[in-house]
Amino acid sequence: MNKPMKPDPTFHASPKLAMQAPVENFAFTIMLGKDASQHDGLAVIDLRKDSQTYGEIVHQVMVPTTGDEFHHFGWNACSSSLSPLSGHAFLERRYLIVPGIRSSRIYIFDVKEPLEAKIHKVIEPEEVFAKTGYSRPHTIHCGPEGIYVSTLGGSGEDGTESPPGIFIMDCETFDIIGRYEMDRGQQDKHYDFWWNLPQDYMVSSEWGLPPQFENGVVPEDLLSNKYGHSIHFWDLRARKNIQTIDLGENYQMALEIRPAHDPTKSYGFCGVVVDTTNLQGAIFTWWRGDDNTWQAKKVITIDPRPEDPENLPDLLKGFSAVPPLVTDIDLSLDDKYLYVACWGLGEMHQYDVSDPFNPVLAGKVELGGIARETNHPNGKEFLYGPQMVEVSRDGKRVYWTNSLYSTWDDQFYPHQEGGQMVMANVGENGGLTLDPNFYINFPENTRAHQIRLEGGDCSTDSFCYPSV
Amino acid sequence: MMEYTSLTALWWAVIFSGVYHGLNPGMGWPLAVSAALMEQKFSALPKALLLLAVGHLVAMIAILAPFTMMIWLIEKEYQIRIGASLIVIGMGIYLLINPKHPRYLARVHPAKLGLWSFLSALAHGAALMLVPIYLGICEIAENTSNPMEIGHAAAQNLMSNDLSTALLVSFVHTISMGFSGAVLALFVYWWLGLKFISKAWFNLDKIWALSLILVGAFGLYFSAH
Repeated sequence: MNKPMKPDPTFHASPKLAMQAPVENFAFTIMLGKDASQHDGLAVIDLRKDSQTYGEIVHQVMVPTTGDEFHHFGWNACSSSLSPLSGHAFLERRYLIVPGIRSSRIYIFDVKEPLEAKIHKVIEPEEVFAKTGYSRPHTIHCGPEGIYVSTLGGSGEDGTESPPGIFIMDCETFDIIGRYEMDRGQQDKHYDFWWNLPQDYMVSSEWGLPPQFENGVVPEDLLSNKYGHSIHFWDLRARKNIQTIDLGENYQMALEIRPAHDPTKSYGFCGVVVDTTNLQGAIFTWWRGDDNTWQAKKVITIDPRPEDPENLPDLLKGFSAVPPLVTDIDLSLDDKYLYVACWGLGEMHQYDVSDPFNPVLAGKVELGGIARETNHPNGKEFLYGPQMVEVSRDGKRVYWTNSLYSTWDDQFYPHQEGGQMVMANVGENGGLTLDPNFYINFPENTRAHQIRLEGGDCSTDSFCYPSV
Repeated sequence: MMEYTSLTALWWAVIFSGVYHGLNPGMGWPLAVSAALMEQKFSALPKALLLLAVGHLVAMIAILAPFTMMIWLIEKEYQIRIGASLIVIGMGIYLLINPKHPRYLARVHPAKLGLWSFLSALAHGAALMLVPIYLGICEIAENTSNPMEIGHAAAQNLMSNDLSTALLVSFVHTISMGFSGAVLALFVYWWLGLKFISKAWFNLDKIWALSLILVGAFGLYFSAH
């Protein structure tokens, strides 16, 4: 295999250098079928400001299989390739690894030429099961030993016979190498994970086991606090769980883990979907204390909105309120703004987290939402609410889509259907304004989930050198 | 005179290979920069360089010492030199065919710079590159001592001479490696900035593998003469 003579120009030593790099030209957005009988795919969106097709889907690749349920995905290589320890500096950022969380099938897309993106390789579910004992692959990060993939299910038909975890893939051949964990401690559920490479720690979170999400949220499980509510800290290279923090059993569904991008910092954030005692959404800050142990503290709460049960989906009628449902968060590369998607309320919040223990609401956009259905500034409707959010490297543009998970969309927004993507501009001193000209409707029978920006974004790249 | 020239050339090869290893990012100078930036104090940079040098030195000695031990088989010296050269060429060919980075390097804790440097020098054949050069120096040293004594010189004596040569070769090599790495790390830290890391990290994989083959070939050539 002939490798380039110099590192990929999209690899950056520090977050600051990544912010100064040229802006994104394309976005890759996952399309998932309306239901398990439909095909999923990858949409390529033109973001070149001077292009005739700016803000349009200019290419799409649909996969031949059905029922995959694409969700999160990631690159084969990122700025972590410049690690002075495990330098794989001559990989190309070229492939997107896209797991199906329903089928456990993994598609590898070659997006070297975005307009000619194509399927490069398919890893069948049987291979995932046989080599890892895990199922339902989810979050992708490229790291020291290859590509790390978190899973939501363990072994067995419904993925509950053994705990889910992380497995490692070869970053060049995409062969599955095997399980990551040597000692998982108390970890028995999984969702997201991310790390700080020079400081050698990893943090992972918990959603729920497959029967708790595949056919929709299970209200009895939620009200009896049976979804995940712990975050786990790992010695990354020793592959060992060193500490588990239970956020409290009422903090149901601890999802996205967003560490500070600057590797000198030892803190980060975690979003909690719902506090079952009061329906609030919550953000926790986790950090390493002076005694080297990990700690976590709730730093943001978002209140539910009272609503006439008549306007609510069956699931929420009994509560007479719309929970915020914090389903995604994303941190700008300068570690200054944390974006919080409130999928239930229909709001995107922007917090100034310069002081990670005292976030300040700096901007807010209302769009869609249960029983509110705020229109886009272009006058058209926005289906569901703001969900997967991605921030441009320079921190000036914030993109988001509207779908959470097929069966959950139908529970919370039973009368709506469709995938959409919008963009908001960030003001000089914070603030968030929807761009009236950026509004994408996805093809019929598809939903829109995670977004990846060409050349990296705020939830892909791990940096090995500080911003100086 | 001829021997003197060769000896000088071989010592220059020791120094040059040190400079070469020092400049290769794969041998660790970016770690020294990152250590200083991560700890937010300059003193971490020389400290990291020192640890990297120690690891490199130990790797050199670990590879050269066994050859020192074997040299007492004086009548087999020719075979040893041929064998050593073939091993070095083999390593070069292996790295050409299989340019993958060893995964175990990624398992080393970032704070264990000495261990990392040691493993890295072994994995990439950095220490091996010195073997033919070292054996050449030993050979010339023996030939230039009293030729009458060569055949029946006490093995003990030869070995201790060769051991000191091995140590000297390792030291000289490591010092030049440390020096060139330090110059680059300091330039990046003080003047060039982090952008230099992605700009200047050239893919040396093939050149490195070819260097091993070249050094091994020289070893073969000298053994035959």
